[in-house]
Amino acid sequence: MMDILNILLSESFWAASLRIATPLIFGVLGALLCEKSGVLNLGIEGVFVAGAMSGWMAVWLGAGLWGGVLVAAGAGAFFGLIHALLTVPLGLSQHVSGLGVTLFATSVSYFTYRTALPNVSSPPRIEPFRALDIPVLSDLPFLGPVLFQQTALTWLALLMVVVIWYVLYRTPLGVAIQAVGDNPDSVDAQGLSVYGLRIGAVVAGSALMALGGAFLTMSAFDAFFFGMVNGRGWICIALVIFASWRPGKALLGALLFGAFDALQVRLQTEVGAVIPSQAFLAAPYVLSIIALVVAARRADYPRALLAPWFKGQR
Amino acid sequence: MTQTIVLSLKGLSKRFGSVVANDDVSLDLHQGEVLALLGENGAGKTTLMNMLFGHYLPDSGAIDVRNEIGAIEPLTLGHPQAALSAGIGMVHQHFTLAENLNALDNIVLGSEPLWRLRRDSAMARSKIEKIMSDTGLQVALDVPVGRLSVGERQRVEILKALYRDVRILVLDEPTAVLTPQEADTLFENIGAMTKRGLSVIFISHKLREVLAFSHRIAVLRHGVKVGEIATKDADERSIARMMVGADTPETQREDMTPGAPIMTLENVSVTGRSKRDSLTNVSFQVARHEILGVAGVSGNGQSALAGLISGLNIPSNGVFRIDGEAIAHGNPSAMIKAGVGRIPEDRHHDGIVGSMSVAENMVIERLNDPEVQSGGILKREAIAENAARLTEAYDVRGPGVSARARLLSGGNIQKLILARVFEQSPKLILANQPTRGLDMGAAAEVARRLLEARKQGAGVVLISEDLDELLGLSDRIMVIHDGELIEAFTRDREEIGLMMAGEYE
Repeated sequence: MMDILNILLSESFWAASLRIATPLIFGVLGALLCEKSGVLNLGIEGVFVAGAMSGWMAVWLGAGLWGGVLVAAGAGAFFGLIHALLTVPLGLSQHVSGLGVTLFATSVSYFTYRTALPNVSSPPRIEPFRALDIPVLSDLPFLGPVLFQQTALTWLALLMVVVIWYVLYRTPLGVAIQAVGDNPDSVDAQGLSVYGLRIGAVVAGSALMALGGAFLTMSAFDAFFFGMVNGRGWICIALVIFASWRPGKALLGALLFGAFDALQVRLQTEVGAVIPSQAFLAAPYVLSIIALVVAARRADYPRALLAPWFKGQR
Repeated sequence: MTQTIVLSLKGLSKRFGSVVANDDVSLDLHQGEVLALLGENGAGKTTLMNMLFGHYLPDSGAIDVRNEIGAIEPLTLGHPQAALSAGIGMVHQHFTLAENLNALDNIVLGSEPLWRLRRDSAMARSKIEKIMSDTGLQVALDVPVGRLSVGERQRVEILKALYRDVRILVLDEPTAVLTPQEADTLFENIGAMTKRGLSVIFISHKLREVLAFSHRIAVLRHGVKVGEIATKDADERSIARMMVGADTPETQREDMTPGAPIMTLENVSVTGRSKRDSLTNVSFQVARHEILGVAGVSGNGQSALAGLISGLNIPSNGVFRIDGEAIAHGNPSAMIKAGVGRIPEDRHHDGIVGSMSVAENMVIERLNDPEVQSGGILKREAIAENAARLTEAYDVRGPGVSARARLLSGGNIQKLILARVFEQSPKLILANQPTRGLDMGAAAEVARRLLEARKQGAGVVLISEDLDELLGLSDRIMVIHDGELIEAFTRDREEIGLMMAGEYE
């Protein structure tokens, strides 16, 4: 018990939690934006891979780090557009299209990587984002290492929580996105474009998801590996439900998952001899499921989620 | 009333596949006028208005609108945005409200540019408050619309249109979901608005309110405008004849002495997921040779009562007897065996299995009957013969008995259900909104069959939102409000209306 307490009080644990949470924050915000407009985007897992690969490759080919971030966002927007066109004006099954986009984006990314680097055994490295060392603040006890030694992308993720919240709840655009996810007829009857709003939300949301992938190759690590996304996209889909489609709770959910993950790594080294390591690896997922079961019962679904809407069919 | 024409529909036609929804319909609307658009279901009223508002693109025809400065301009067709900016607002029968947003957001939605960093809620609020005090349409602006009552939601819909400074307001069956008092208030508000220059078209098939509140009546039948008449020159009979194209047979109800009780409820409660589908301590009985009418605004426990009688709901306490036998556990097949015939509210979903044939649907409640099967194998020929006989007797028209039931029209689906129910000579019949959405001919047929069953000795529970229907058919009327049933010892519309609103002791 003392061990756990020691871990929870350590700076490195909280710094790691926030680091692990960062890609999830991007992903969960992106998924939230799509779903608020009424479109489930299961392409998220593939968009993560595409973001991770394209961002890394842009930098490896000589672009700046922020250039890489832009390329990743563009790749995400591209796959988001495919999903949006299939599900919004054409009204295809959002599940099928989303899974298709995941398979497609993952394969295209792997294929591009292999074609560009046919003969490498160890993945080439780039110079990733460094911790933003802010004078004075970084030297604060506890808070300094936890908050002020994260990379710029973590800060961007935290900023996006505020931006998405503001857009959704404080701007006419956000109100329209909420309306189209609840009852598309309400938007149509007021002369706004259902298709435009939904396609826009899915494209923007997918660009955000891709940044989560980019964080992996450009901040958490410095290279691209196959399988490195490892289900993070799916976690985000679950976290949106946990968050009941609210940006603030989405941040909380991502941090909670990050904390579980950081904790299991540390517990493994403490008591790893007694309990098999697989149990620790599974722990964050098990805890997520439990949290989800508790939270999802009260979740406030966007009423039009998954329901296609066609112009002129009332 | 001035005679300035503010809107002209000119030769509008619309086809859906091979179905002609509107054929060369022309119509003028004058300033400050209330024009009632009348017609049976499927006559093309809503299609016509959806073309006016830009939801549908007409196949041919044009629309002219008088603009703010008095010039007549053609309207761009097929775009709600164009209709809105030409000063045309529409309140749809199925509300187009986002329930997660509050009334203020719903009203303002789409009226300001999307790409703005902030909303000017204060200005919007003061404008809406001014409209509310001018017209008497009061709603709570900051509560999510999902928590408002139906009447309040409708007011939000009207405010939505008025906020856009509409000069022409279209209301699609505005009173379908309101209590009689709410409906009267609505028409008072409309009257106040027309005095300020607003022109109103309202769609309805309730002759009474059309005669009471409109200035002029236009009647559609099978997509064609068959008549236009000033309301002061019209009466119920003449309009009904225009709508149907023939005189409607009047239903004749003979006096009858009620027999022994067939269904008895003593302090029965049903606990549903919400108050809307619960019953609290309900006691009443229905006798043979008796039609008991249940009046009420929908969502006051009607579904719980219907579920109880069809065996879908289990009473949480109290005694529920059918023909003297206490029913302990809700079980639909036991209810059928006990002699209960069910005409469900949602005939498409609960009344038939759309993907099965007409013939199969006719025997679907008695698949264990030896007439229908032997040794677990269906007797296809017997089923087909049964269906041929019943479609003849009940005049079920459609593409044939082996066609899938969903291909039938609403009225014919109802006749299929009537055939299935009445062939078993039920002792008790649950008729839940049996004529909703039916045209006058089919509705008259339902009424005739219910009266016939009553004559044969069945007890009938008739749940309806149509007070005229209840007054015409029922021997006794009970009012359901908030899960409680009270006997209305009156046939006065006004008093029953107050009881429906829960404002009557």
